[in-house]
Amino acid sequence: MPTILDKATTLEDRFVTAFKMHEGQTLNGSNARVHGVRQEAIARFADLGFPTRKAEAWKYTDISKVLRHEYKLHLGAAETNVSDDDLAPYRVPGLDAHLIVLVNGRFSETHSQIGDLPKGMIVTGFAKATEAHADLVNAHFAQYADYENGVFTALNTAFTQDGVFIYVPKSTVVEKPIHVLSVVSTDEDAMLQPRHLIVVEENAQVKLIETSETLTETATFENVVTEVFVGQHAHVDLYEIQDEHAGSLVTNTFAYQEDHSVFRSSVFTLSGDMVRNDANILPDGVHCESHLYGLFLGTGTMHVDNHTVVDHAKPNCFSSELYKGVLDDKSTGVFNGRVLVRQDAQQINAYQSNKSILLSDTAHMYSKPELEIYADDVQCSHGATTGQLDNDAVFYLRSRGLTEKQARALLLIAFARDVLDTIRIEPLRDMLDAEIAARF
Amino acid sequence: MALLEIKNLKASVEDMQILKGVDLTVNAGEVHAIMGPNGSGKSTLASVLAGREDYKVDAGSVTYRGDDLLEMEVDERAREGVFLAFQYPVELPGVSMMNFVKQAVNSIREHNGEEPLKAGAMLKLMKEKAEMVNLDPNLKKRSVNEGFSGGEKKRNEIFQLALLEPTLAILDETDSGLDIDALRVVADGVNKLRSEDRAFVVITHYQRLLDYIVPDFVHVMVDGRIVKSGGKELALELEEKGYDWIREETGAVPA
Repeated sequence: MPTILDKATTLEDRFVTAFKMHEGQTLNGSNARVHGVRQEAIARFADLGFPTRKAEAWKYTDISKVLRHEYKLHLGAAETNVSDDDLAPYRVPGLDAHLIVLVNGRFSETHSQIGDLPKGMIVTGFAKATEAHADLVNAHFAQYADYENGVFTALNTAFTQDGVFIYVPKSTVVEKPIHVLSVVSTDEDAMLQPRHLIVVEENAQVKLIETSETLTETATFENVVTEVFVGQHAHVDLYEIQDEHAGSLVTNTFAYQEDHSVFRSSVFTLSGDMVRNDANILPDGVHCESHLYGLFLGTGTMHVDNHTVVDHAKPNCFSSELYKGVLDDKSTGVFNGRVLVRQDAQQINAYQSNKSILLSDTAHMYSKPELEIYADDVQCSHGATTGQLDNDAVFYLRSRGLTEKQARALLLIAFARDVLDTIRIEPLRDMLDAEIAARF
Repeated sequence: MALLEIKNLKASVEDMQILKGVDLTVNAGEVHAIMGPNGSGKSTLASVLAGREDYKVDAGSVTYRGDDLLEMEVDERAREGVFLAFQYPVELPGVSMMNFVKQAVNSIREHNGEEPLKAGAMLKLMKEKAEMVNLDPNLKKRSVNEGFSGGEKKRNEIFQLALLEPTLAILDETDSGLDIDALRVVADGVNKLRSEDRAFVVITHYQRLLDYIVPDFVHVMVDGRIVKSGGKELALELEEKGYDWIREETGAVPA
């Protein structure tokens, strides 16, 4: 039952009205806590309002362009208009994984192939989990995703309906990766707000892949929140492959880390009209490691914005960020990385780097690394470079018989290499290698 | 028909004329040395022959196996058998030697109507040619020229020469930056590649390289022109008397 957001009032009002209309039935499950958070979040959303370009964090990304579009709020049940054959091309070749499928943001029991899981582990839809695993959901839901300060997180929290729920119990090593395949397939310009909660307890290890694909040509808008709890000594790898075509995407990823935990995130943006990725990492324990990587390929009028915040609250931690972009045509890239080292967080090593190649005179890159350090015994560095493909390198390769196209492709793949090499799942890396090579 | 025929070649870079009328004929099987002081235009000649785009040809012609070389794209020249060993080989971070060599060798094989080499055969070929120039056999995983020493970079150029088997090889100051041991290795590599149907144009500032790669002809370039040509003895004479002697003798304007 999609609901038209009419244009009569302000954009914020329309969401608030839609919320009131649906909170009684569609949005309200049996989980009282989720319901309570939802109401706090919509109030907070109304106070915050959507950002304009006057807000520092949105200076280079005019999200109002996306928001002005008339979307239908997709609040119905999962649609069944996709077949396993439709999904087949989006499986990772050669990958043996626990497959969980979302269609238009809703968990699809029929398409998912979760298979055998280690004892005590849970992989299911978020909506189901709010009822079947209420204690776990209640302990973690909206604990890390900050809806007080993030308007898109507040909006998602208010409209939280479904998504993925993953729970890895203490000391469990999940051998096979979990592949979350999220497809959008609708003939309407829909707005979707999937909500993921990933809880990885002490000393557990898991690798997650999320691939988001828009199968239809509609201008959809997804506003995703992913909350990750990384318990002490736990390891979590999170790989996101974004291929939204005409659709737009805002992701809000929050990782909360306990002592001695390791969190790795790699985000690959291959298409999408406007993509904004907000990653917020809070290593709230000693000896944590946080790795954030990104690769974005801009063509046409694509706009890709990566915002990261690493908030070093505790001492003896390590964080590393590397974001690389290749921008062609009239595409735009934005990188804003903020590293905060709090006063008591001594012995922090934090590195941040953003490198971009512009392939045309009309592509733009805005890069803003920020370090905010209140401790005195730390090692932090940041750097940003934006340039063109090295003509001498192209000439060198051509003088060995490679065509100009081959030479450029080889150099661009080489440029992307170190981000691609952060993928610790071989079939996924091979797939992206091939896809990216074909793009150049 | 000469393999390479350069006639009255004039070329400039950023509106400054560097080559002021070069004439040179190279036949298959010959080794020509081009010597000259710094700034005389030796490297410009190499760059123009390889097709570097910063150089503008103002006049003259270059015929390679009967075709107009200047009309050919850079990569077309390479596939047609023209090879330039760079004075300053470019570092290509992230491009593995294996991948680079594979693409280069196969693009030339394809041009010659041959099947691409299979992985095993490629590795064998690389190993064999690497041994010839004493290059680290583990180089296939390394990025092209990245972190290579000066000597390794130059040996890598000769390694590529050996792999691509060109008809015309131009060596642009391959000896610069090499000590005598490295120079011998490079020269040995080149000598093994000398053959009846392959010609070399060896550009050098010093005569020492020519002790090891013995040329059939020596040309002296001063101020954008070849002002004197002779046999290998000319190199020794230059070494002894210096370039000023040539300037005086030929009336060439100092560069």
